[in-house]
Amino acid sequence: MSASASPASAAPMIAINGISKWYGPVQVLNDCTTQVTKGEVVVVCGPSGSGKSTLIKTVNALEPIQKGSITVDGIGVQAKGTDLPKLRSRVGMVFQHFELFPHLSITDNLMLGQRKVLGRSAEAARSTGLTLLERVGLSAHAHKYPGQLSGGQQQRVAIARALSMNPIVMLFDEPTSALDPEMVGEVLDVMVGLAKEGMTMMVVTHEMGFARKVANRVVFMDRGEIVEDAGKDDFFDKPRSDRAQTFLSKILAH
Amino acid sequence: MNYNWNWSIFFDQSPEGTGTYADMLLSGLLWTLATALCSWIIAFCLGSIIGVMRTLPSKAANAIGTGYVELFRNIPLLVQMFLWYSVMPEVVPENWGNWLKQLPNASFYTAVICLGFFTASRVAEQVRTGIESLPRGQRMAGTALGLTTAQTYRYVILPIAYRVILPPLTSEFLNNMKNTSVALTIGLLELTARARSMQEFSSQVFEAFTAATVIYLGISLLVVTVAGKIETRVAVPGAR
Repeated sequence: MSASASPASAAPMIAINGISKWYGPVQVLNDCTTQVTKGEVVVVCGPSGSGKSTLIKTVNALEPIQKGSITVDGIGVQAKGTDLPKLRSRVGMVFQHFELFPHLSITDNLMLGQRKVLGRSAEAARSTGLTLLERVGLSAHAHKYPGQLSGGQQQRVAIARALSMNPIVMLFDEPTSALDPEMVGEVLDVMVGLAKEGMTMMVVTHEMGFARKVANRVVFMDRGEIVEDAGKDDFFDKPRSDRAQTFLSKILAH
Repeated sequence: MNYNWNWSIFFDQSPEGTGTYADMLLSGLLWTLATALCSWIIAFCLGSIIGVMRTLPSKAANAIGTGYVELFRNIPLLVQMFLWYSVMPEVVPENWGNWLKQLPNASFYTAVICLGFFTASRVAEQVRTGIESLPRGQRMAGTALGLTTAQTYRYVILPIAYRVILPPLTSEFLNNMKNTSVALTIGLLELTARARSMQEFSSQVFEAFTAATVIYLGISLLVVTVAGKIETRVAVPGAR
């Protein structure tokens, strides 16, 4: 169950082992297995309804699974006795619709988790928050509220909020899908920066340019299954499955 | 219609010997306000808890919440008033019952409890609807940060939900205030009861109930004004 059974040096940051998930009679994940090692950027792609968003949400147990197991930094996500809030606090997550807390100012959005989960002092939390806000280029907006920012700005704040918890790994669930096209770049820039600094990342996205630029591996999903799990160049240059070829031809046609 | 209008009746001494008719209405108003405010505190706190329970993943919490709402919402308020006042002291152990029966101001306490429990079922429904109106991602975002379920409710879900339901909650507050008049049936001398006594003593039915109507309207207007101020104050900048 726990990864402590395997040699510590080879222990992956995220290990997904044969997981399956059903919504009632409908199977949405079918025996999925993959890994993300420390410092690696793994892009998960596939047609809509393929289960990629569900897969990434199982990593921090936002979605329960019925079969298989997941470990994050050696800790079993489904294991009895696992302190899930603590585990989640070490896993940063960025959502498609940003999900900033609308009633809190940008600064308070950045401070909430640090104060209530990590128990940091107000001064420490504020200073970390403002440093991260500067890093995503939004210092001038610290006192504003989420509803006063553009989508791209909100998503950059959401990334800063996730980073404020000093995560060991970052999960991105279609971070640019809800954005107007002209705002996609500013968010991807922040993500590329993170990847270059060595952040371990699992990214569900259709942005193949991003995948080509920074991904180490690409996981291709279709109908709840992992169809291909390959190095970036192998995936783009010689995809093995028909389904991946079809998907790529559609998505790269324009 | 042969009616003797007499607007100065309010300054006549009432036969009760406790002052003028105006004093009588004033004391009724104070009981109305005391009952409304005390029962609202129960309704708001209990209703929030029940409403939250109905949104929790736990099946047991759901069942308790649903059972509570269906029970208290579906029995007429008047019947509930009689149940609390007349039936309750008979079904509890005898010494409790005796204690209840000799309690001073028993009708006030009974009215507060009865209205509190009744309105709580309605507040619970508002709270539940407010919570369910939020995007599912808000709860996920709180959870993903590492907040516990209780923290997610305290810092994320409830502050937004209460803002959403402030207008219907104001209506519930007003309903609760007006429902205090049902307590005249268990002998609470609140505003409507006082207007009725005044009519019986003086036969000035129009004056008595005009006064009661104006007072109820006045309180309602005041509540609506205050609620509007609160709404402006807690409004989130940039909210759609």
